[in-house]
Amino acid sequence: MLTAAHALQRHYRNSPDRPALHLQFSRQPDTTVTYADLIRGAAGCARALESAGIEPGEVVVLILQHGEPLVFAFFGAILRGAIPSIMPFLTEKLSPEKYRQDLAALIAATRPAAIITYPEFESEARAAMRPDSSVRAILLSPTIAPDPEPTLDSLPGLRRSPDDIVLLQHSSGTTGLQKGVALSHRAVFNQLNCYAKAIRLTADDTIVSWLPLYHDMGLIAGFIMPILGGAPLALMSPFDWVRAPYRLMQAVSQYKGTLSWLPNFAFNFCAQKIRDRDLREAGVDLSSWRAVINCSEPMHFNSHEMFRQRFAPFGLRADALATCYAMAENVFAVTQGGIESPVTVDHVDGRSLLTERVARPVPGGADSLKMLSCGRPLSNTRVRILDDSRHDLPDRHLGEIALQSDCMLIGYYRRDDATAEAFHEGWYLTGDLGYVADGEVYVTGRKKELIIVGGKNVYPQDLERLAENVAGVHAGRVVAFGVFNDETGTEDVVMVAESDTDDEGERERIAEEIRQRVTRGSDVALRRVKVVGAKWMLKTSSGKPARLANREKYLAETVTHDEG
Amino acid sequence: MLTADITPTLASYIARTVLKQPNRVVADTEPIISSGLIDSFSLVDLALFVEDKFGVRIEDSELNAQTFDTVAQLAALIQQRLA
Repeated sequence: MLTAAHALQRHYRNSPDRPALHLQFSRQPDTTVTYADLIRGAAGCARALESAGIEPGEVVVLILQHGEPLVFAFFGAILRGAIPSIMPFLTEKLSPEKYRQDLAALIAATRPAAIITYPEFESEARAAMRPDSSVRAILLSPTIAPDPEPTLDSLPGLRRSPDDIVLLQHSSGTTGLQKGVALSHRAVFNQLNCYAKAIRLTADDTIVSWLPLYHDMGLIAGFIMPILGGAPLALMSPFDWVRAPYRLMQAVSQYKGTLSWLPNFAFNFCAQKIRDRDLREAGVDLSSWRAVINCSEPMHFNSHEMFRQRFAPFGLRADALATCYAMAENVFAVTQGGIESPVTVDHVDGRSLLTERVARPVPGGADSLKMLSCGRPLSNTRVRILDDSRHDLPDRHLGEIALQSDCMLIGYYRRDDATAEAFHEGWYLTGDLGYVADGEVYVTGRKKELIIVGGKNVYPQDLERLAENVAGVHAGRVVAFGVFNDETGTEDVVMVAESDTDDEGERERIAEEIRQRVTRGSDVALRRVKVVGAKWMLKTSSGKPARLANREKYLAETVTHDEG
Repeated sequence: MLTADITPTLASYIARTVLKQPNRVVADTEPIISSGLIDSFSLVDLALFVEDKFGVRIEDSELNAQTFDTVAQLAALIQQRLA
């Protein structure tokens, strides 16, 4: 049984000069990092952690952006036998006070021994620390020198047990940061081995990714799997990609990329916002791309069609589109579709799905709902569909997806309560709704009231808490929910707030302030804020606003309004 | 072209197309990027709009608050490139 450090050591011995990854930057030449470079950089960081008195098994929080320091710090923590956890970097629109609160929440929940960041960020990190903080050292990335001749055998990372924690993964936002998914080396390798088979990964593959490393899809599929698995990776920053989505196509063409993972919205985004000029002038050829895998938010047939049509003239293969259902709690993938054969499209009756909770097949008529299959479970993962009393449902019946595998999380870090809540008789309850047909899994929605925007999990309670601070809005009388937008291919975030005022101008002021507070406090852009009168809100029996019921009410009113 | 001719076009595009609030007044000196008014997914739209409307290319590395954070600053950038 390997650990992550052993896998790195093997590549270092067998092929030190092979590129582990190519880092791409806007307006700068690419930096190629060989396995030797990677080990030297990581070993230097492991030494720095040792000098700072950081022990194996302790958590190290990384607050670094795209670039070599982040790569070296991540694997450096692993070579030290410590546990890396990547914190999303502060964006320009997020307020520093709010970021500090999030960081303080992460520190309180994971009790890290060290933080690695930039000198410019040191004061920010210190400001988030309480007097009795667990953090004993803040290491500054420019002061960490590579170790030119690393002696790996002496590093404690090579003496970790496969059952030790290798890393922590967090969702974003205050709520997400308090629930770190703790994964063992064994779980990660069980996932990588099974997933590599499912996607037929070989050393001839090249992965191209712009995904952030604080998210499971980016961290596992777009970072750890290629680097530990020995398939070269071309990695760009999500900040650069969102401003210039054509860079993804140029990178695939330049490096003859074979595999990429994208959230559903990115299929729409690329199809809509890339100019021919940026493809033609660079001579973009996408024919090497054997799988573009849709993952991490509900996927849509139209998004695939849009992408296929847009990029077919640039060599995109008709069979390249694939799908995957994944979650950090299973390390990454639960299922994979579209590799052996094209993604199955299940034509079902939309009304039956909604009212009877059964996916009845209908001949491919115009009003059928085209469900994209997520494919079959990985060979190590079993999937069940459960009803509300947690009994198994037959094929094509909608219920909660539960799973069991040999690559599950150890638990939510230092959160035994949350871990216990997530499991039922040894099965992990995903909170996702779906059905199984002919052995393939279809995800239709969520049981829990999580919003997913552009592949990023957003907890409605985080947004509601921010909106409640606006004058004129009452605590407990504001809800946030997602509404799917066909054009963007992801959910719009909508908030409804109750206020006592009938004055239109005052209501507009309230709406504007909610927008500003939520954006600055959560990095989530609100598509619509609706201010309603008293007693509009539907409540649960415990007196809390019922998000799903209020979402239905909002949708019903919006449709009537738009038609009228 | 004067920046005064460019700003209303930009402000109206932002209100209508980006914010989808046609009545929203976007002041010339109001921060639009650092405030999060324009989210990162819409920055590329803004660049494409500027290119179509004024024939001026804004590079992706310029789509940040350091380069321009207000309609007035963006208009000045456009005007400078038109000159």
